[in-house]
Amino acid sequence: MTAPTAQNFPHRHLLGIEGLTAGEISLVLDLADSYVEQNRQPERKGTILHGRTVMNLFFENSTRTRTSFELAGKRLGADVINMSVDASSVKKGETLIDTAMTLNAMHVDALVVRHSESGAVKLLSDKVNCSVINAGDGHHEHPTQALLDALAIRRRLGRLEGLVVAICGDILHSRVARSNIHLLNAMGARVRVVGPPTLVPSTIERLGAEVHHTMKTGLKDADVVMMLRLQNERMSGQYVPSTREYFYFYGLDYEKLAAAKDDAVIMHPGPMNRGVEIDSEVADDLKRSMILDQVELGVAVRMAVLDLLTRDRREKP
Amino acid sequence: MSTRVAYTNARLLDPATGLDVKGALLTEGTKIADFGPALFNDGVPEGIEVVDLGGQCLAPGLVDMRVMVAEPGNEQMETIKSVSRAAAAGGVTSIVCLPNTTPVRDDVSGLEFLARRAREVRLVKVFAYAAATRGTNGEEITEMGLLSRAGAVAFTDGTKAIESAKVMRRALSYAKGFDKLIIQHPEEPSLASGGMMNAGEIATRLGLTGIPREAEIIMIERDLRLVELTGGRLHFAHVTTGESVEIIRRAKARGLKVTCDTAPHYVALTETDVGEYRTFAKVSPPLRDEMDRRAVVEGLADGTIDAIASDHTPRDQDRKRLPFSQADSGVVGLETLLPLTLELVHKRKLTLLQALACVTCKPAAILDLPAGRLATGAAADLLVFDPEVPWTVDVDAFKSKSKNSPFEDRPVQGRALRTVVDGRAVWQAEG
Repeated sequence: MTAPTAQNFPHRHLLGIEGLTAGEISLVLDLADSYVEQNRQPERKGTILHGRTVMNLFFENSTRTRTSFELAGKRLGADVINMSVDASSVKKGETLIDTAMTLNAMHVDALVVRHSESGAVKLLSDKVNCSVINAGDGHHEHPTQALLDALAIRRRLGRLEGLVVAICGDILHSRVARSNIHLLNAMGARVRVVGPPTLVPSTIERLGAEVHHTMKTGLKDADVVMMLRLQNERMSGQYVPSTREYFYFYGLDYEKLAAAKDDAVIMHPGPMNRGVEIDSEVADDLKRSMILDQVELGVAVRMAVLDLLTRDRREKP
Repeated sequence: MSTRVAYTNARLLDPATGLDVKGALLTEGTKIADFGPALFNDGVPEGIEVVDLGGQCLAPGLVDMRVMVAEPGNEQMETIKSVSRAAAAGGVTSIVCLPNTTPVRDDVSGLEFLARRAREVRLVKVFAYAAATRGTNGEEITEMGLLSRAGAVAFTDGTKAIESAKVMRRALSYAKGFDKLIIQHPEEPSLASGGMMNAGEIATRLGLTGIPREAEIIMIERDLRLVELTGGRLHFAHVTTGESVEIIRRAKARGLKVTCDTAPHYVALTETDVGEYRTFAKVSPPLRDEMDRRAVVEGLADGTIDAIASDHTPRDQDRKRLPFSQADSGVVGLETLLPLTLELVHKRKLTLLQALACVTCKPAAILDLPAGRLATGAAADLLVFDPEVPWTVDVDAFKSKSKNSPFEDRPVQGRALRTVVDGRAVWQAEG
C-alpha cells in the first residue's frame, strides 16, 4: 500500500476518525503544521479556495467551532456562508434531506455540518455532491477536534505513539471522546477513559480504551490529561448527583494532576466549566495547559481538511 | 494502663472461623487482646478483672443490619438513645440505621447528626445507611461519594423500593465507582400499592387488599438483570417468598454480586398470624404462607439467605391501634432477634454457629463493617448468652420506646446475659 498523499487522499467527506488510517491522519497533521506557520505570518490569506463556497450548516449552537471553520475557509480564500438552521427551516417542518437537497442545488463546494443527532451528518452526506465535514454529530464523532488535539500533542510532545492519554469526564455523551479514542488508537497511543460509571459507556473498552473510575488510577503516569465538558443538565442526580461531588472526585486540580507525569499537559475542548471539571488554577497554568494552543491549531487543522477534501474538484474541474 | 478483663470459663463461639471451644478471652481497653482454650489455664495474673462465665457462651456481639430509628422526626417512637438501649439488651453491639427519618438522611449533615448523637449516647455502635435517591423520591441519586466519605456504609431508600429501572441502573452503576452496595426493598410498588397483607385466601376472607408475592419476585428478577448490566453490588432486604430464594440461589450460582437477608418474623410467623386483624402482624413485605416460610428457612440453611436482620421498626400506639388498612407496617425486633434466631437452632434447622453467622460475621461482611468476629486486635464487641434458658416475651420490659411486637407472650429460648461494646459492659441481665 502506498502512503496517501495530498493528491490522492481517498476520502470525499470527513465524517469521522473511525476508518482513517495512521497515514491519512499524519497527512492531515503534516499539512496542518504548514498552515500553522502560514497563520502566524502577517499576510495570512491564501487563495487556493478562491471562488469556492464553504457553507457552515449548524443545526446546533456553536460559537467556537463555527468561527474556527469560518476563519479557516476565509484564510484559504473561500466565500464562507454561515447558516444556523435550528431557527429557520426546521421550524417550518423541512426535513434534513430536504435541506440537503436545497443546499445541493446551490452548488457549494464544502458543507460543514453540526447536528444534535448522531448519524445525521452521514445521512446528509449521502444526498449531496459536495464534500461534507462533520463538525460534530450527536454523541458520535467530532473529527476535526480530535485532529487538532492530536496536532497540539504532537507539536508539544513530539509524537503520539506510546503516549498515555487520559480522557476524563462525561465519556458517555462525548463525541470528542469517541473521535479521540479512534485517532489515538490509530496512532499507537494508549488511551484511558476516566469517569463515574454512569458516564462511561459499558463497552467502551472495545473501542480501545482502558476504563478507570478514579482520577488517581486513571491519571497515573499519563502524558496527556484531556478533560471533557460536563453539561449542566447531567449534574442534577441523573448521571452525577451534584456539581460539588463531581468536582470533588473528578474535577482536575493540582492534587489529582500529581498522579500524572510531571510534564503532563492538560487539554480541554472548551468551553470550560471552571469549578466543575477543571480548577481555574490548572486551566490557567501556562506551562501545563494547552487549551489556547488547541484553539489556535483548530483553525490550521480545518484549513488542512478543507484543502484536502476539495483538491479533487480543484484539480479536475 | 487500659483496663483488662478476663472472661474465663466460657464457651467461645466464633462463626467466622467455626471456633466452638471452651476457653477464655482477654480484653484490653477497647480491643480483644487474646483468646483461646489454653488462655489462663494457669490462672489469671494479678491486675486483670475476672468475669467467670460459668460455661456460658461468648460470641461476637450481634450485628443488626436493618434498624429504623425515628430520630430525627419521630422521637416519641424511638430515639437514638432508646434504640441503643434496646440493642444492648438484645445482645446487639452494632446497628445499621435506615435513612427513613424526617428529614430523610440523604446528605452529609444527616450522617454527622447521627454520628454525634451516637457518640453522646455511647452504648452500641451505630452505623448508617444514606438514601440512594434524594428524599428517597426515587428520582435523583444522592452524593454517594461524599456520603461514603462521611461514613455511609451503603445506600438504600430503606422502606421504599427504588421503583424506576432507570434510576436503579444509575444507582448501581454510580455506587460501583465507590465500591458501595445498594440495598433494595424488593417490592414492585405498582403491584403492592394499596395492599395490606399477603394476597391469598386469608386476605380474601378478611376483605383486605392483597399484595401478591409476584410484587417481590418481579422486582428481584428485574434488579438481578440490572446487576448483570451494571456490574454493581446489590443486597435484597427481607426476602419472603420461595421463588425469591430460588431466583437468588440461581443468581449466586451464576456468580452475580448479590446478597440478601430476611427478618425473624418471616421465619417465625405466617399470614395466619394476622388472625383477627392484628395490626402488630402488619409488616412490609407482608407475612406469607407456610410454604414460603419453609422456603425461607431452607434458604437460611443452605446459605442462599446470608443474614437475619431484625427490621426493627418502632411504631407507637397511634400508628398501630387503627383499622388494619390504616395502621402502619412494621414491628420492633432488636430485643427478640437473638431468641428468634436461636429458634432455628432449637428446631434443628441451623447449627448454632450457622445461626450466629447470620447475625454476626455475615452481615458485617456484606457491609464491610469491622464487627462480628472474635479476632485478636478486633474491637471487643461481645455477647455473653445462654442459648437454652426459656422465657416469655414481655413487651413491657422492652427498652425500645415502641412496643409493637407480634411476639408478645411467645415462649422462647435463649437470652443475652451481658453485652460488651469496646470492652465495656453496656448491658447485663439481672440476677
